[in-house]
Amino acid sequence: MPRIKPTQEGIVFALAVVLFAAFSLTLSNFLTPGNLIALVRSVAILGILGLGMGLVIIGRGIDLAMVATMVVSSSWVLALATHSDTSLGTALMLGAVFVILVGLISGVLVAYATVPPIFTTLAMGLVVYGIGRAWLFQVDVQNTPGNSRFFELLGRGTVLGIPMLIVAFGTLALVVWALLRWTRVGRFIYATGDNPAAARIAGVPLRLLMVGQYVATSLIAYLAGLVMAAADSGMSTRVYNSTMIYDVLLVVVLGGIGLSGGRGGVRNVLVGTLLVGVLLNGMTINDIPYTLQNLIKSVILLFAIIVDSIINPRDEQTAQQEQGDI
Amino acid sequence: MKFRHLLTAALAALLATAALADEKGLDNHVKRTPYYDGLTGKKVVFVPLAMGFDLTEGWAAIMRKQAKDLGYSFDIRDPNWSTDAGTRAITAIIAEKPDLAIIHNPDLQSYARLEQRLVQAGIKVLQVNLETTNPTDYYVGADWVKVGLIEAQALVDHCGKGTNTSGKVEILEGQPTAASNLYELYAYYHVFADHPEIKVVADQAATYDPSKARAITETVLQQNPDLCGIVGNWDNQDVGAGAAVQAAGKTGSVFIVTSGGGSQTGCDNISKGLLSEIVSYDVPLQGNALNEAIVQLLLSPAKAGEIKSTYFTPLTLQTKDTISPHNCWTLDQLK
Repeated sequence: MPRIKPTQEGIVFALAVVLFAAFSLTLSNFLTPGNLIALVRSVAILGILGLGMGLVIIGRGIDLAMVATMVVSSSWVLALATHSDTSLGTALMLGAVFVILVGLISGVLVAYATVPPIFTTLAMGLVVYGIGRAWLFQVDVQNTPGNSRFFELLGRGTVLGIPMLIVAFGTLALVVWALLRWTRVGRFIYATGDNPAAARIAGVPLRLLMVGQYVATSLIAYLAGLVMAAADSGMSTRVYNSTMIYDVLLVVVLGGIGLSGGRGGVRNVLVGTLLVGVLLNGMTINDIPYTLQNLIKSVILLFAIIVDSIINPRDEQTAQQEQGDI
Repeated sequence: MKFRHLLTAALAALLATAALADEKGLDNHVKRTPYYDGLTGKKVVFVPLAMGFDLTEGWAAIMRKQAKDLGYSFDIRDPNWSTDAGTRAITAIIAEKPDLAIIHNPDLQSYARLEQRLVQAGIKVLQVNLETTNPTDYYVGADWVKVGLIEAQALVDHCGKGTNTSGKVEILEGQPTAASNLYELYAYYHVFADHPEIKVVADQAATYDPSKARAITETVLQQNPDLCGIVGNWDNQDVGAGAAVQAAGKTGSVFIVTSGGGSQTGCDNISKGLLSEIVSYDVPLQGNALNEAIVQLLLSPAKAGEIKSTYFTPLTLQTKDTISPHNCWTLDQLK
């Protein structure tokens, strides 16, 4: 007898819809265009980082250095542009070179030295943050340059009434979706995530592909940092000490991208982001205290992980291979 | 020959004057010797919340300068926002036995026991700007209740009776368990209790994070487009709230009052229109007060924990009209 098995994505989407409906009915100003834009805006950075994290997790990796890369690269750009003679253009270029370097190092360590990605990137995050604090900037809050058209546009500009922050998130989602869905690289990423050994035998340039993934996540983190700096009129490196990297994982895992790789896509990240967004927005409107908000958030993460392990059980055949499993 | 005589005479004269000065006490050794000898070689250790932000960098710059000048050691153990790392640092300090530990507390409780143990081990404890519930040898820092009262009164002046506004205000807490946060919250609600026209529409914690402050304020503004004022815990955090207000095109119609160390960054945020008023606890002034307290504690014959003193540092108000290069400091000036 055929049984309809709910996917995790489906469950989370249903949860988001239920919450959305409940808030729409009980909160008078919830279902207004303004609030919905604010809702998406508040989780757009999380979503952008989630897209990068999703990409690398599908390829059976993980990048815990994303928040450090985001914070340090964008703070450096701001420090260069405000406190030295460097023009913003040059500063942006230097920032890009920095993040590509970070991605290359992580990628090479994971792909060629076969260090498990969870340790590589955990350490890389500390290294990047340390370099930033030691040499790249003095104080941990950097403001955007006062008269910069670039940050003005990125922070306050709109396209058809939609803030740039959301436009950036949407565009990136489209790009990643197209990459995963329509290109050879995308197919290779799924193949690697599903079974690296098989993919390699089939002729996928495994190591090169892995390096590419970490460079991509680094660049996405850089984009997130610039957008965040523009939206907040500054960047605080304290973000690195927050639980943000876990929130990014929450979005990805909640959406249903299995940590064992090879499954999921952009849609999962969007669904995960949406649920977190609805939840945060509703809790803020209801004025729920901070500690309780954290509790609710973590109970939902725990729930999602339990559901994940039931629906996407570990594949014993591929889980124990050289690349390891997280 | 003649020259040698002259030289001898000159030397003798010099010695005589020196002896004379000595007799009259003009070298002031009565005060100078115990002062300088009492300070050289002493050991002072500072445990901040973290280095790298305006407050701690400012204090450290001033304290380091005096330590160098007077010849006592000044070490910083930076736990980088981790209470856990801070606990380990303080535990290590107990074994190390310096003469004085300067501690910047992340919240009212975490280090309270450890500070008691420091005192029991004979190490004097100076708490700076954020205190625990246990008083130790010295507290130098803001009187947070007073900061809160001033902030709340500023909001009442802008949003209270007779101002023809909605009276709706948002409270942005910092770290919920920190001394500054709890004492300020008490003050806000104490003032608002006498002003029923003030309606607190949101009371949320942004945990010192400007992007959280922005997201919260964005949502609150959607719910309450007629929001009149925001009172926050720290300028470096509340600049995010300012960004949200500016993005909503409400600069000037939402009054944002907060507190901070009075650095140039804060002043810049006032001139950009992101913040309306900062109650400044004046880091350079606090640095000098800290230096005075350090000397007093190092020289005092009192045992650790014997005398408990407090110095609440003066507060100044920074608004668009009062900021000038004189009352906005940069780190380079302090170094």
